[in-house]
Parts: sequence; C-alpha cells; structure tokens
Amino acid sequence: MKGTNLGEFEEIVLLTIASLMSDAYSVNIVDEIAEVTGRKTKLGVVHAVLNRLEKKGLILSELGEPTKERGGRRKRFFTISHAGKISLIKAKEQRDRLWSNIPELVFNGIG
Amino acid sequence: MKEESKGPPRWMNRIIEFYCDKDLVEDLQGDLHEYYARNIKKGRLRANFIFLLDVIKFCRPYTIQKPKILGQMTFFNLLGNYFKTSIRSIARNKLFSSINIIGLAVSMSIGVLMITYLSQLFDYDEFHENKERIYKVGTLYTDNDGDVIDLASTSVYIGDILKEDYPGIEDVLTIQGWADKDFTFEDKTLQLEGIYASASFYDFFSFEMVEGDPETALNEPFTVVLTESAARKFFEDESPIGKVFESGEDLYTITGVMKDMPSNTHLRSFEMIESFATRRHKAKNSKGFSSWGNVWNYHVYLLLDENTSPETAEGYLEAIALEENEKRDRYSLTFDLVNLANLIPGTGKSNNIGPSIKWNDINKLLILTGIILITACFNYTNLSVARSLRRVKEVGVRKVVGATRKQVLSQFLFEAILISAIALILSFGLYLMIKPGFIKEVIDSEGVELPFRMNHIFWYISFAIIVGLFAGLLPAMILSKLKAISILKDASRLKLFKGLTLRKVLIVFQFTVSMALIISATIAYRQYEFSINYDLGFRSENVLNINLSDSDLDVEMLKTELAKLPEVLNSSSAIMLPGTQSLYMLDIHYKADSLGIFYNMVDADYLNLHEISYTAGEGFPLERKDSLAYIVIDEKICEKFGFENPEDAIGEVFTNANDGYRLQVSGVLKNYQYADLQNELGPTAFVQNYGRRAYYLNVLVKSDNMIALMDKLEEAWRSVDKVHPFDAEFYDDQLQEAYAEYKTIFRLFTFLSLIAISVSLMGLLGIAVFTTESRTKEISVRKVLGASEKNLVFILSKGFIMMIAISAIIAIPLAYYVFDTYVLVEFRERISIGALELLPGVMLIILVALVTIGGQTLRASKTNPADMLRNE
Repeated sequence: MKGTNLGEFEEIVLLTIASLMSDAYSVNIVDEIAEVTGRKTKLGVVHAVLNRLEKKGLILSELGEPTKERGGRRKRFFTISHAGKISLIKAKEQRDRLWSNIPELVFNGIG
Repeated sequence: MKEESKGPPRWMNRIIEFYCDKDLVEDLQGDLHEYYARNIKKGRLRANFIFLLDVIKFCRPYTIQKPKILGQMTFFNLLGNYFKTSIRSIARNKLFSSINIIGLAVSMSIGVLMITYLSQLFDYDEFHENKERIYKVGTLYTDNDGDVIDLASTSVYIGDILKEDYPGIEDVLTIQGWADKDFTFEDKTLQLEGIYASASFYDFFSFEMVEGDPETALNEPFTVVLTESAARKFFEDESPIGKVFESGEDLYTITGVMKDMPSNTHLRSFEMIESFATRRHKAKNSKGFSSWGNVWNYHVYLLLDENTSPETAEGYLEAIALEENEKRDRYSLTFDLVNLANLIPGTGKSNNIGPSIKWNDINKLLILTGIILITACFNYTNLSVARSLRRVKEVGVRKVVGATRKQVLSQFLFEAILISAIALILSFGLYLMIKPGFIKEVIDSEGVELPFRMNHIFWYISFAIIVGLFAGLLPAMILSKLKAISILKDASRLKLFKGLTLRKVLIVFQFTVSMALIISATIAYRQYEFSINYDLGFRSENVLNINLSDSDLDVEMLKTELAKLPEVLNSSSAIMLPGTQSLYMLDIHYKADSLGIFYNMVDADYLNLHEISYTAGEGFPLERKDSLAYIVIDEKICEKFGFENPEDAIGEVFTNANDGYRLQVSGVLKNYQYADLQNELGPTAFVQNYGRRAYYLNVLVKSDNMIALMDKLEEAWRSVDKVHPFDAEFYDDQLQEAYAEYKTIFRLFTFLSLIAISVSLMGLLGIAVFTTESRTKEISVRKVLGASEKNLVFILSKGFIMMIAISAIIAIPLAYYVFDTYVLVEFRERISIGALELLPGVMLIILVALVTIGGQTLRASKTNPADMLRNE
C-alpha cells in the first residue's frame, strides 16, 4: 500500500520539518538535511517531495514575509500536519516493533 | 557592480514564470534566488549558469501550469444559465424585446441580402480551372486633351504580338463580343446572338462541350459552335454536327454543341460562337482590323505559364506601348492586366462583353446597408443601457457569488447575440420578400437570381454574431464594470447615467440618418419627375418607335404597310432617337470653317410628326433634289458659322466632310434638345436622309386599345420581315428609361428611409416608454403640486423634441450639400433644391415622432398621482 506508508526520503524531510518547528522552508530544509545526515540533496528533489507531502496532506504551508536575498519573494513555510504527525509515529512504531523482534545475537560485535 | 544587476538575468526569470504554476512560482523563484545569492560569491557567470540549470531542472510535471481548460469549462457550464436568464429577460420585457428584435430583423434582412449578393458576385468566373493563370488585357486610351477612357477591350494586334514574340505566355485568346447573325437552315431562318472567339476558347474557359471536339471546333474559318438551346431551336433532337448554315453569301459549318452559358461569368450569354478565323478571313483586306489603334472591339486574354508572373506580362505590355506610342501623336495607349476572377466585380471599365458590375456601386450599397444596420444596433444599445438599471441586482448577485468581470461581460454579449440570432431568423423571411424587388430594381442585370447555398448559413450566422457583439458591447461593458458592493449597498444611487449624453447622440444619429435618407428620396424623385416632364422641344406622346437595327427590311414598304392601318396617323424614319442614349457625329464644312455636330438623319415626315418648331425657315420638302440634301440646323451652328440672324442661314450650303455631299439649310431649330438632361449639348442638326439605312421607325398612333393595336402593328411587321422579332416601345417610356437610375435611387432610398424611420421610431418609442416609466414619481409629485397635463406633456417631450430638432439641423444641410455638389451636377437642367424638397420628409418624421412621444407622455400625465404615491 504505497499511499499510506512514507518513503524513506519523505520520512527524512518530514522529520526535518518537525525538528525545524516554525522555521522550515525549502532552502532551510535542504541545509538541515545536509547538516544532520550528511546527505547532499538537490533543491529540486526536496521541492518535489514537499509538493507530494502537501498533496498527501501530511504537511501544511503558508507564505511568510518577503526577504531581500530572495529577490523580494516570500518564503513558503511548512509545518507538519496532524496526519503528518500520525504517519511519523506510525512509521516509528513499525520500526520499533521490527527492532524489538531482532534477537540480541544478530548485532553482537557491532555495537 | 550595479545594485539592480545583482539578481539573475531577467529572461531566466521569465522562463520560470512562463511555465510554472501560478501557485508555486513565487516560492520556487525565491528559493532559486536564495541559492543564487550564495553562488554569486563563486562568480557571477557560474551563478547565472547554475540558476539557468535549476530553472530548466524545475520544469517538472507538477510545476508546469495546467492549461486553462477549466476557465473555458465554466463558460460552457454557464452557457445554459446565460441562455435561461436571457430568455427570461427577453420574455419579461416583451415590448422592449420586440422592438429590439423587429428593428434588428428589418435591417438585418438587408444585410442578409447583401451577403447573398456579394457571395454571388465573388462566384463569377470561379469555375474556370485555369482561372489563376488567365489575365485579360485592358486598355487606357489617352487623347491629346488628356481625357482617359478605361476600356475592357484592346486590339487584335496586342494579342498577336504577345503570342508570337514574347516567351512565358502559353496561349492567347481573342474574342469579339458581337457576332449576332441571321442563320438559315433549310426553310428556317433565325437570328442568333453570338461572339467570335479564337481556337483556344475552350483551353481558357471551362465551358462544357456536349458534342464535337473542343480542341479543333473553332480552328477553321466559317465554323460555329452552338449552345444546346440554340441547337434545339434549329434541329430539335437531331445532331447538328456537320450541318451547314447559310448566312448572306456565306456558308457556316457547325462543329460543336456546348452547354448553355451559365449566368455567373463576365461573358454575355450568347447562343453561338463563331471562329475568330472567320473574322480574320473577312478582314484580310482591311488594314484597320489588326492595327495598333483599333482597341474598341476586341478582347484579349492571356494564359500565362506556371512560372510567369503577371508583372512580367505587364512589363511586356509596357515595352510594346512605349515603342508604339512614340510613332503617334494623336493619342497614346497603355495596358493593364486583370485576373479572370477579378473581372466581376470590376473597376468600371467600359466596353465589357457582358455584365458590368462596379466595386463603386457595391461599395455604395454596402455603406447604405452599414448605416441602416448601425441604426438598428443603436436601438439595442440604447434600450439596453436605459434598462440596465433593472439588471444591476442580477449583476451584483452574480459578482458576489464569484463571477468575474469577463463572465458578466460574456453573459450580456451572449444575450445580445441571442437576440440578433432570433432577429436573423425573422430577417431571412423578410429577405425572401425583398429579394425579387432588389433583383429587379437594383441589380437589373440578366441571369442574377441570388440562389441559396449551404455556405451562406455560415456567413449569416457570423453576421448575426457580429451584429450582436456590436449592439451589445456597450451595455455589456457598462454592466460588467459595476462593483458588487456598490450595487448591493444602494442600487438607486448608481451612476449608470454617464451614458446619458451618449444615448442622446445615438438617437440624434438615428434620426439624422432617417431624415437624410428621406430627403434624398424626395430630391431624387423631384429631379426624376422634372426630367421626364422636361420639354425637349419635340413631340414624344403617342409616338411608338420600332427598332429596325437588326432587320434589313425595306423601310418604305413597312411605312406603306403601316399606313393601311386607320390607327396610324403618320410614320417617319430616323437613325437615332433623341433624348435616349445614342448619339451620332458628323463633320461639316462651310466656306473655310468646319464643325463637328451631333446629327440625326431623318426622312421628311420626321419633322412634322415630332412637331419640331423653327425660329426661321421650315422643315424639309417631301421631295429631295438630286445631289443635294436639306439640313435643319440649331442656333449653335448659326453662331459658329457667323450668321447673325437665323434667317441669314437659310439657303446656305454646307458640305458633309465624310462624303462631300452638299447640305442646304432649310430651317433653324427652336428649343430642340437631342440628348437627355445628363449630357451637355453641342451643336446639332437634322439631315435629310440621302440613302442611309434607318434604324428606327417612328409611328404616331391614336387608339383606345393599345394592346389590340400592337397586335395589328406586329402583323404588319410580319408581312415585311418574317425573321426578326417585332420590337417596339413608346417614346415616352424610352425617354424615361434614360433616367431609370434616378428612379432606382428614389425607390432604393424610399425603401431604406422607410426602414431607418421605422427602426428609429421604434427606438424612440422604447426610450419614451422607459423615460416616462422611470419618471412616474416625478410626474405624480408635479401633478400634486398643480402642474397641468399640458405642462407635463411639454416637460416630458422637451428633451426628445430637442434631439429631433438637432437631427433636422444636421440632416438638412448634409443632404442638401451631397445632392447639390455630387448628384445633381450631373444634370444640365436641374431642379433647385428648396424647402419643397427638404422639408416634407423631415416634417413627416417630426410629426410621427411627436405622435409617438406624445402618446406616451400623455398617458403618463393622465395617471392618477394617488396610485403612484400611495406606496411611498
């Protein structure tokens, strides 16, 4: 069931938006992902994902104040919606359950 | 670095703005700008490059803006709603809707007529397969005085030299438009109307051959091709191929039969074609036939090669003209080429083979049609603007619900188009009614019948849409401009009446048109009446003219035959009919002087029969002296030859410069005019006929039963000429025929002014009804305060009377000026335009308008104020 589960990158973007609180807009998200995960992402990719998430109703957006460095254009700030929060928690639950099923033995010698 | 050039190049922004969805573009652009600001540190060029790359990379399915199908969809969804509201609004205001629809229908019927007529005209000669490559040579004849004659004809010479000496011309066709002849087969003799055409006739024109070979039919001298109906006249169902006609001393072989001529071609509708080789054969001893200057009788067509442009061929003609004109000093010729499809409607050349339809005339008709249509459109505009106050609430609600300005605009335009569409249906019925009259009176050329074609439907509908748009644009714009908030807050305070002066202007325009048209009709009629009653100085009453020009009968025999009838009082012969269009010229010598005169060659009975009067001398004696003919001259000739008293001229002898015949003056004419009132008069004379063939026989008759008499006359004719039809007309009718154009103008303008008047009166009625309705409260208050009915009528009518007065002030001088400077100057003797011509029509219109307004205002002023004010 593709629609309900989050994709891996989607999840990262969603988590980043959640962590940035009210300061999440496209450029910022790209920077944050790069900083936290070390992954160099393209703006276009993030944009597409944001668009997709918004369509799924997992995030909400509103326009902010125009700034000079953006050539007088406004930022689109994203916040995580209720549905977004639920899907994040669901994803975490799924993983936790899977983690808890793994016998200790498997990871011996790594941690 | 300049401050404003810090951002990325404008055109890159444009790209993204072009493709990107409007909701996303601001955010996306902002992001890119932010990145740009970072990248600029690494160098401007690089930053620009990355920006451009990003702009391109962002072009993804989700960013691209959707085409605006949605917007159009709403229009189609709303169409049903527009239709419903339009129908309701039409049904609610029955008076106004019917004024609009009837007014539009009446004037649109003329539009429909013009569309059909134009489409027929553009159809002329369209059926020829090679029409794109066929050009007709025309001639401009300029004489020494600088007078130019624009001829459709040209010389045989031009055709021959082009064919022989110039490359790029595939073929040349030469035609002579007149080859009417009597043909005899066995015991049957008939006259056939025909043309001469060279062998390539069927390569040029796509006329269908029924029998015979189109390639060779006209190759040899003395061959003819008949049309089917001509063939049937002679041979019924037998095949005519190979049969031989007798005509005079010549024998003609029939080599082909073609389908009858269609009416939509520039060629006259002939019954047979004679080979041009015949014409050449007969003219082989005549030098004039193919001379440079013989440009009056022949028509030359060129079939150009695929890759020869008409400009090249015109270049040839220019070169030929340059060379030949140098050799001559009496006149010069230049040539032009006209494509076959552009011959009709043409530019008004003279000497056409067939019908001559000028752009000039069509344009005049189109302008008149346009004026009538505008008048009717103004009705709609006026009434809709006036009544738009009733629709503002609807507009307000629509706007609140979310209608855009464009949507409201399209709604009202739709309504206007719907009304004009309804009017179109009505107008088609009216069109069918006026069509026969139009064909007879205005077109007046054979074979035009304005058939209906499927593609007309398209033009009619487009026409209705254009009329609707034009009529509805102004009210639609006014209504759609309104702001929802101001409508709903207080509709009564809306400033809708900015259009008030405009409305007055429109009404004034309508009435100016009506008045100008009715004045035009009056003036045209008065001049017509004046012309036909003008005393030309000879008797025309009860004179019947028999046309002899086709026949070769013995005139004296016919005269004797006619004299047997008791109803025939006298008869005389002449070569022309004074007062009609034909003219003959002659040079006469007297001592050292010579003079060109217009003359009529008549027999001795002519002068008595026509009751010619003299200032000196008398008419001819009945008997002619040997080698001397008598001549009756006018005072202009006396003047030129220096006779102080007319009596001095009597007995003097002139010489005919053409044949040296001596002409002795027997009398001087009084008050005689040989031409109609449109031509200037030159010196003129009657010459006693000394052996020339007469073209007309004038018969003075007296009978109570003209129809029976005509039969008797025809019987007498038959006994002398069995071949040619009896062709006789009353002189008075023929004289009137010369002014037929003015009769047509009169009828056309009467008709148009009737339409314009009725349309503008309907409009006036509508506005009057509206004004009195919307002023009922004012009227009631005035009445309560003591105004009399008379006062009220005056107050209400004042504005209208002003407008009509202004219209009259514009229309009267306008019509006067146009007729005085453009139309009546064509006449040698003309009416002076006075109150009698200018005022009756205008008074009539004012009167009817007053009755219209008066009826409304009187009704309004009679209402009981209590009924009106009770609800306040």
